[in-house]
Amino acid sequence: MDEREKQRLKCTVNGESVDVLFDGYKTLLEVLREELDLCGTKHGCELGECGACAVLVDGKPVLSCLTLALECGQRKIETIEGVGDAKLHPLQAAFADLGGSQCGYCTPAMILTAKELLERNPDPSLDEIRESLAGVLCRCTGYQQIFDSVEQAAEELRRGEKAEVNS
Amino acid sequence: MMRLPRFRYLAPTTTQEVAEVLASEGPDAMVVAGGTDLLPNMKRRQQTPKTVVGLKGVAALRESQNGTGLRLGAGLTLTEIGEDPRVREHYGALHQAAVQVASPHLRNMATLGGNICLDTRCNYYDQNYEWRKSINFCMKKEGETCWVAPASKRCLAVSSTDTAPALIALGAKVHLLAARESRELSLEELYNNDGISYLTRRPHELLTRVELPDATGWKSTYWKLRRRGSFDFPVLGVAAAVKFDAGGGVADARIVLGAVASSPIVVSEAAEMLVGKELTDGVIEEAAEKAGRKAKPMDNTDFVLHWRKRVAQSFVGYALRELRGDDMSETRWNTAKIRFGD
Amino acid sequence: MSDGFNLIGKARRRVDGRSKVTAGTDFADDLSLPRMLHCKLLRSPHPHARVKSVDASKAEAHPGVHLVMDWTDLPIEFGILPVSQDEQGLTEIARFAGDPVAAVIAEDELTAFEALDLIDVDYEVLPVIAEPTDSLENPEPRIHDYGEEGNIHKRVSLRFGDVDGALEGADEVFDDIFFFQGNTHLPMEQHASLAAVDPQGKLTLWSSTQTPHYVHRALARVMEMDPAHIRVVAQPNGGGFGGKSDVFNHEMVVCKAARVLGRPVKIALTREEVFYCHRGRHPVLMRFRTGVTKSGKITGTKLQTLVDGGAYGSYGVASLFYTGALQTVTYDLPRYQFQGCRVFTNKAPCGPKRGHGTVQPRFGQEIQLDKIAHKLELDPAEMRLNMLAKPNSLTANYLRIGSIGLGECIERVVKASGWNERYRNLPDGKGLGLACGSYLCGAGVAIYWNDMPHSGVQLQVDRSGSVTVFCGCTEIGQGSDDVLVGFVAEVLGIEPFDVRCVTGDTGMTPVDLGSYSSRVTMMMGNAAIQAAERMREQIATAVAKELEVPAGRLVFANRRVFDAQDPEKGMPFRKAVNRAEAMLGTLGSTGSYAPPRTAARFKGGGVGPSPAYSYTAAVVEVDVDRTTGWISVPKVWVAHDIGRTLNPVLARGQVEGSVYMGLGEALMEEQVYRKFPSKLSGAYVHKEPSMLEYKSPTALDMPEVFTELVEDPDPNGPMGAKEVGQGPLLPIMPAVANAVFDAVGVRVDEVPITPEKILRALDRKAKGEEGRYGPESFPEVRWPEPLEVPPPWDGGDGRAVNDPDRKRAAKLAEVKSS
Repeated sequence: MDEREKQRLKCTVNGESVDVLFDGYKTLLEVLREELDLCGTKHGCELGECGACAVLVDGKPVLSCLTLALECGQRKIETIEGVGDAKLHPLQAAFADLGGSQCGYCTPAMILTAKELLERNPDPSLDEIRESLAGVLCRCTGYQQIFDSVEQAAEELRRGEKAEVNS
Repeated sequence: MMRLPRFRYLAPTTTQEVAEVLASEGPDAMVVAGGTDLLPNMKRRQQTPKTVVGLKGVAALRESQNGTGLRLGAGLTLTEIGEDPRVREHYGALHQAAVQVASPHLRNMATLGGNICLDTRCNYYDQNYEWRKSINFCMKKEGETCWVAPASKRCLAVSSTDTAPALIALGAKVHLLAARESRELSLEELYNNDGISYLTRRPHELLTRVELPDATGWKSTYWKLRRRGSFDFPVLGVAAAVKFDAGGGVADARIVLGAVASSPIVVSEAAEMLVGKELTDGVIEEAAEKAGRKAKPMDNTDFVLHWRKRVAQSFVGYALRELRGDDMSETRWNTAKIRFGD
Repeated sequence: MSDGFNLIGKARRRVDGRSKVTAGTDFADDLSLPRMLHCKLLRSPHPHARVKSVDASKAEAHPGVHLVMDWTDLPIEFGILPVSQDEQGLTEIARFAGDPVAAVIAEDELTAFEALDLIDVDYEVLPVIAEPTDSLENPEPRIHDYGEEGNIHKRVSLRFGDVDGALEGADEVFDDIFFFQGNTHLPMEQHASLAAVDPQGKLTLWSSTQTPHYVHRALARVMEMDPAHIRVVAQPNGGGFGGKSDVFNHEMVVCKAARVLGRPVKIALTREEVFYCHRGRHPVLMRFRTGVTKSGKITGTKLQTLVDGGAYGSYGVASLFYTGALQTVTYDLPRYQFQGCRVFTNKAPCGPKRGHGTVQPRFGQEIQLDKIAHKLELDPAEMRLNMLAKPNSLTANYLRIGSIGLGECIERVVKASGWNERYRNLPDGKGLGLACGSYLCGAGVAIYWNDMPHSGVQLQVDRSGSVTVFCGCTEIGQGSDDVLVGFVAEVLGIEPFDVRCVTGDTGMTPVDLGSYSSRVTMMMGNAAIQAAERMREQIATAVAKELEVPAGRLVFANRRVFDAQDPEKGMPFRKAVNRAEAMLGTLGSTGSYAPPRTAARFKGGGVGPSPAYSYTAAVVEVDVDRTTGWISVPKVWVAHDIGRTLNPVLARGQVEGSVYMGLGEALMEEQVYRKFPSKLSGAYVHKEPSMLEYKSPTALDMPEVFTELVEDPDPNGPMGAKEVGQGPLLPIMPAVANAVFDAVGVRVDEVPITPEKILRALDRKAKGEEGRYGPESFPEVRWPEPLEVPPPWDGGDGRAVNDPDRKRAAKLAEVKSS
């Protein structure tokens, strides 16, 4: 490829196919925010030192600031815009209700990270929640209300699962 | 926002293709696997390869295989290494090192090969372009002086890999693939104690896999010192592996220190003196003291260097006491915010 | 406590909660406009240098570059305080490594970045003033050509009563020196600003700012524009903590560029640049001399502070006064002297961070009290309880205290932590420490002198029943929108969801001075209640007429207006609004708030007064390893006197967030500089301008926090409420230090309290020396003659008896009258 030539990315973002042209030096973070207008993904350092830009790629929480958009072809990407619909996802509701979100800047990364945790481990211990969220810094909350939010959402999701099984 | 420089990108799909690309591109090309080391360095303009060779599409790098020991593809992520039950059961030090690298998100991206080849670090070097320009750069990139010790003839950047000390303690070998001649060498031989040419890997070689020997009879551990429970590189790593004889005495031992020089430091004297003895408090103290003396940290990471030198001894002691069977979980939690062994 | 309230005191989702969890909140960098260009700043590599010339020709020729500017394009100086107008949009004199000297505006950010390296700047490099001792010793070269003299920005000397006599008469005098290292806010969001000239030709700036009103004023000055033609919109901030409460050069630059180019221009700072914006905690060296009686009563305190201001004035004069302001509001302090000195150094400028200027001396004061209790063999909690300041009293320095719930705060944390059983009784290596603190509920005086309200609120109610509230207050994450809407909904008996909220927009909303000094709940809250009560009165008038019930008997609750004596008799809120509109015409109301007049009449007495003071007590538990000095904090108990809790979810979040930030400051955060050998390099740089090396605690490093809210409603507070955003940070650092002493018997008299320092103190103790790590001496400062202000109990009236300016004025008046 020529370094100034526009590159083409075809992948899935929040369940929708995307076909977009971008500058090859751009990371997934930049393509999401600047080419796809999905500004819910934040950035606090662009060097992998804060975690604010976390998204799910093929279901795993990764840092979009250190992911080459060139390497996202065919991948399934999930951002905060894809979480919940008209109704909030239980994690979103819990973060909003319990103070898990203060300024809201780390919130998308926290919610996506927690979402993957709960999919993998529906009943995590407090230590497991801490460990999984240790890759996203928050300067507002002191994390406790974030842990509370994840615990409440986990309970809510487990109740929902049970209800589905019973019905 | 920090931006990558412009670069040319290639995405071969086999190791052979990678080797051929590296052979033809020369030192202007660099490989990228997880991207967690190279991409920040590129954003800070510490490394500005003209060509970036992506390894994500090389399936062969992600294979692992049982034999007499264990073969691990260099492209496996640190999360995958950390979750591998074979690693957890037989190669405790590697498991413990892998799960303590950086943060969960970074471990989902970073690869074993990347951590082994991690660029050496220094707080005069891991700064962005303008900052480095304001100090007139340093020996490692664009400058003349090693600011850590201006009289030094060599660069004193620090080896900051967690997995390498663990792998060396476990007796690992690595495979370097090249277009013409591939080779296998002990991991210890991969490193030079020089912040700039810290690897004996040549630019056209690709680290494809790690070979771990059979670990029957061995117990191993890795202790990491860092400020916070996440994100931070080690300011000290202690990997220790001990093979016990039937009577509970030490039949063989290896102790390796990380983050105290430009390469992992194998402290053979300390390990050798354990052989034939039981791990009594006195023996552990003596070995820890011997090992600690080998730690020569410089003032280019977090924490004060005198203190880092001093605690090296304590951490070697923690590692050996844990291998002896002491319950070290509280010390482990207080220092590293992690719990093992449940 | 939710007695008689509809909403107040009940846990509920904050009004902007949904938007924060759905990508619905637009931070400044999330905005973009058609034809927008991007700006990058070239920053000085030198800590001190004059820009002789800027050659931009190569940069201008770089494809994609639209404009390059230097200081000649933005020569007019500005600053947050009227007394320190000392910054330029692009500077002619670089005063720290990182000071911006040129700007590139280009079609994309990478192109702008590439062009920075093509600008040739010719510098005249000047000698460096690195540390405060250099500033005191070297009057030349001056970093600024204003200030008191040489590199001394400002000195202050205040004496409240015969403090020397008080120390002489004491049973014991304690003389301690402490150092509080500087640290920074580190909001997760990096500052960003977008400027555009609108279709009518007026200028709009959208910015991450806590103080749009002050930015508005500065822009009018620098752009030489009528302020009526400028609009500043504070986007919700991704965290502020004081770091976005100044006026910044990048804001000036994008506005100028947008006006020159006629296109929108955006700048989004990198993390490193945020470290250069700084305005964070001043490094402060302090000396406390305190006399006490055997029973542990303070007879008097003399405090000296040496405040490292960095390169610019910023809020520094206020910061300096704050280092001496609040020592008197927690404990009975009958005689007090304060001497403070702020100096300029070639480092990024310091300013206000959470607890502004009061945090550093609180650290010293609370550790000294612990030392006093230890020496006198008193319990530190009981000793404090026996000397609490009195409610509804005037302090030695003329601060008017209203409610004070500190005693209950101490009792609560003592109980919750098991203090009485565990303190001094834990196994070696484990310890408990207690400390207290207090903070303002809004600065009593605005940043520039004026006699207008500090906060204004406007309400519009339309026939749909929807209520829109307008206020200049700024949402920085703390929940100011929620407080605003909460009060309006409470008074009008409707749900928060029924209220629309327009805030932080100087073109649309009445002035509120901004989100700083914990003023929002107090000042905006009172203004909001006034506006809502005036609206309720209008509606009540109409409903009273319709229902033939006296207006005073009407209740507004559950989206209804009804007769208190016959709740069935009433109407829905919307109908009530329609009746009122029919009777009175279009509905609107305003409310405003100005703090009460201060009792202090002496020069400098404008810093410290507040409508109310919040109080906090904390107990911290630590674990210290004697061989390594390693310290960890497993638990924190904190009780905060909040007056009245509005939304307990948010209140708890503010307390826990303060504890978090306090622990970071106590254990690991520091903004430090690195000087290079002068023979090889003149460099003097920020040592670690990154998220990785500036250590901010992670989810794994945060201990369990047990929070209690003490409610002692303050007569000045809106529905009794006081602040909660800053106060709870204050006791954390000294409580950690005091806990280290309980754990291993050594003192670390400075922050951060690191393993290295603990181990050094343990080594000294083992050698038979004093088991302490901290500063040894306080340098010589030529203090001015103190202003003598007799305390109230010495017959004082709040005036200085020896103010030379006042004497001159009095003499003049005498001459005139004769």
